[in-house]
Amino acid sequence: MSKTPLDTVEHAAATPDVELPWAELGLKKDEYERVVEILGRRPTGAELAMYSVMWSEHCSYKSSKVHLRQFGEKAPQSDALLVGIGENAGVVDVGQGYAVTFKVESHNHPSYVEPYQGAATGVGGIVRDIIAMGARPVAVVDPLRFGAADHPDTKRVLPGVVAGIGGYGNCLGLPNIGGEVVFDACYQGNPLVNAGAIGVMRHEDIHLAKASGAGNKVILYGARTGGDGIGGASILASETFDDAKPSKRPAVQVGDPFQEKLLIECTLEAFAEKLVVGIQDLGAAGLSCATSELASNGSGGMRVTLDDVPLRDSTLSPEEILMSESQERMCAVVEPDKVDRFLAICEKWDVIATVIGEVTDGDRLEIFWHGGKIVDVDPRTVAHDGPVYERPYARPDWQDALQADDANKLPRPGTSEELREQVLKLVSSPNQASKSWITSQYDHFVQGNTVLAQPEDSGMIRVDEESGLGVAIATDGNGRYAKLDPYTGAQLALAEAYRNVATTGAKPLAVSDCLNFGSPEDPAVMWQFAEAVRGLADACQQLGTPVTGGNVSLYNQTGEAAIHPTPVVAVLGVIDDVARRTPVAFQEEGQLLYLLGDTREEFGGSAWSQVIHDHLGGLPPQVDLERERLLGEILISASRDGMIDSAHDLSDGGLIQAVVESALLGGKGARLVVPDGLDAFTFLLSESAGRAIVAVPRSEEVRFNDMCGARGLPATRIGVVDGDAVEVQGEFALSLDELRTAHEGTIPALLA
Amino acid sequence: MTARIGVVTFPGSLDDRDTQRAIRLAGAEPVALWHKDKDLKQVDAVVLPGGFSYGDYLRAGAISRFSPVMETVIEQAKSGMPVLGICNGFQILTEAHLLPGGMLGNDHLHFICRDQKLRVENADTAWTADYEAGQEIHIPLKNMDGRYVADTYTLDRLEAEGRVVFRYLDVNPNGSLRDIAGITNEAGNVVGLMPHPEHATEPLIGTGRTDGLPFFTSILKKLVNA
Repeated sequence: MSKTPLDTVEHAAATPDVELPWAELGLKKDEYERVVEILGRRPTGAELAMYSVMWSEHCSYKSSKVHLRQFGEKAPQSDALLVGIGENAGVVDVGQGYAVTFKVESHNHPSYVEPYQGAATGVGGIVRDIIAMGARPVAVVDPLRFGAADHPDTKRVLPGVVAGIGGYGNCLGLPNIGGEVVFDACYQGNPLVNAGAIGVMRHEDIHLAKASGAGNKVILYGARTGGDGIGGASILASETFDDAKPSKRPAVQVGDPFQEKLLIECTLEAFAEKLVVGIQDLGAAGLSCATSELASNGSGGMRVTLDDVPLRDSTLSPEEILMSESQERMCAVVEPDKVDRFLAICEKWDVIATVIGEVTDGDRLEIFWHGGKIVDVDPRTVAHDGPVYERPYARPDWQDALQADDANKLPRPGTSEELREQVLKLVSSPNQASKSWITSQYDHFVQGNTVLAQPEDSGMIRVDEESGLGVAIATDGNGRYAKLDPYTGAQLALAEAYRNVATTGAKPLAVSDCLNFGSPEDPAVMWQFAEAVRGLADACQQLGTPVTGGNVSLYNQTGEAAIHPTPVVAVLGVIDDVARRTPVAFQEEGQLLYLLGDTREEFGGSAWSQVIHDHLGGLPPQVDLERERLLGEILISASRDGMIDSAHDLSDGGLIQAVVESALLGGKGARLVVPDGLDAFTFLLSESAGRAIVAVPRSEEVRFNDMCGARGLPATRIGVVDGDAVEVQGEFALSLDELRTAHEGTIPALLA
Repeated sequence: MTARIGVVTFPGSLDDRDTQRAIRLAGAEPVALWHKDKDLKQVDAVVLPGGFSYGDYLRAGAISRFSPVMETVIEQAKSGMPVLGICNGFQILTEAHLLPGGMLGNDHLHFICRDQKLRVENADTAWTADYEAGQEIHIPLKNMDGRYVADTYTLDRLEAEGRVVFRYLDVNPNGSLRDIAGITNEAGNVVGLMPHPEHATEPLIGTGRTDGLPFFTSILKKLVNA
């Protein structure tokens, strides 16, 4: 019986004409030829496996790289940034010796194919990124987008995604404090499941993904390696969906949150004893990624014996072991005399840990299997020298017509009664309705440091029990605005997240983003992407909030139909004392309501245009970043000096949506007066940016007005917290009971 | 002098550090206990905290009940040491037969996290003496398997003996029989409940209420005055 010879480096050199399945692994012909050129021979099967996953769109950012450079080039000077783009996650100084790491990532494609596991492992992946920086994870957030709320498939995808996020995050003991849920038909075949996480550490505990010091051991620890998730990055996340192709379910990983919880505890214990030189989590591209990135970021090479990798399935081939995306695994580089202690900690937590290799003083990554050398590469060529594409992009020819289709010209309510009906319809529409049916499936309380959680404007976590130091995070993104104008839309996403953080009293410090777009091979999509990145980079520069990292998710498209361009922006802020935080809920009757900022007739992309007219056209609201900054400063000062008791940012749904939310959360109504110079419709429903409402105790009114006047921020008194209805004088009144039924009944009725 | 209260960490325990904080806030000394260690380090009372011990992939609490530390906890509980089981800890106490009945998945099949209204039915246990019988309190609830069940005989007996310690008010969040949120053993030293008093001990944090603090002050007073 003849046996297929092992495809070693030697064998590959001797058999140059063997055909390899590069196309099936997702490589293009010229990419394969480049691999051959780098190696000076054909790759072995194992090498091909590594290049194919590491050069995938998902891992290499080959289409987006040329644009993403702007985040670095335009990065504002910031003393707060300790670790920037390129590591597992960015790290920000929040004072008192604390550092915070945070990041948002996508798990879109897997979550459509297999909602529960796709979403669950999305949480798992982002949390491992946080641990890999040396931090204890303290909270997660989940910006989600689904197809139409009443579409039958949404009832398959959404409950699975929500249960998966809850099932994993709750079991890890991480409070879920924020995020969004948005419905739009454009996400029907491509739901967006983005996951964000925050971690806290002391400055001296920051760890990086690099393997230095010849002789240091490479330890793989966590779950055994199985056949799940093979090709997750290359086959699943880097292509569009197509009905003609076979099911991609096997490319989705399966999560075990219990294993991950053990991984968190044992990793943090190893950090605390200073046993770790470098560390990398195993996510997309699994061992291929971890070994090549650790080696290429360090000073030497690396030698790995693949036979030592603990397997769940003993029949796996070396190629499969290298490509597997089995979850809950990490790779640490440890000095030889500390290996025993590291392994003892793993044993304490019942975590399997195995020395699989060591750092060498060469510059090659060498991997062995059954005694043969099956990989011999320069790790940089795998991890960093992937292809870079200057994809063609062009403003689509339909953009002008879209922008000319002015939403401000849509028919408006003609009577007070009609306005009342439209407001009620709006606050009960799926996008504007309460999401508590979803968020109540997430643990908000665990760890005992949650100060604010959704539906607050930003989630807030206490960092230090003594001083009250805290951090806040908000994620925002409006695909409708970005579709109308991707440059402005991306800026509006940042502006809203920035505003949301400031509204709760925290100072915005830094940004992470998750850029969700269609196929980069479509010049129109590529133009949307280029414009959004340019807009976001410009806005970050102007607001002084650097991008610390993030994620690009392309190919969110089914056939020819791409999703709305959807840049989701997370802003992290810091607050000196969480006791000063400002909640959304009205606190006391008699307090005065002020509208901060300018209200213009801006209905392009608005919730009103969608809900009442099923319309998307015109231009999104204008952006004025200097105004956003001023508004933020006022909100932070007012919180610190005790001048306001509640505040709410104005965004989709306009002022009335914000007032209704504050009223329902506080159980107190409001009487509103339409200010001079505005009509009731524009006052209530315009979505002009740079605005917030605040409730000012009467004793603080003069001081608050003086501050706004001195700083040049328009502040208009619009009413008072009072009664058990939201009443717009001369127009209509809606009782809190009626509003509550409308606002809270929608989502359960559709999904429960 | 103060009391030493142990908090057991099982693999997958989540609220162990929060419970230690609550004990500290009440003025007692928290002592970390490890599931593999039979030694209770001479603590005066033990809390089994919430979480998903061993992932709860079998029945919640079914594996933890056999861990080495539980041997000592069961033995000591039977001789009168105060033991409190919160959420997963309650599940472990029923699996260990220190408390009757058991927990099934929530009737609506979802994880549920909410600020839950409760009525204190029994203020005579080791852990509830700082409440008044009939007092209404709000304590956060968060669980997947919180539906308390027992046979009718057991339920009737619990009611007759005043061993239902807490009952859900307004909303029964998981389908628990007779709205039972927490119970005690015959001696009143072992208490288990699904809601999380350790998450209601500081203003500003969580729901901002401190309705859970009396659990920890109750036990402290009992131990110090003993």
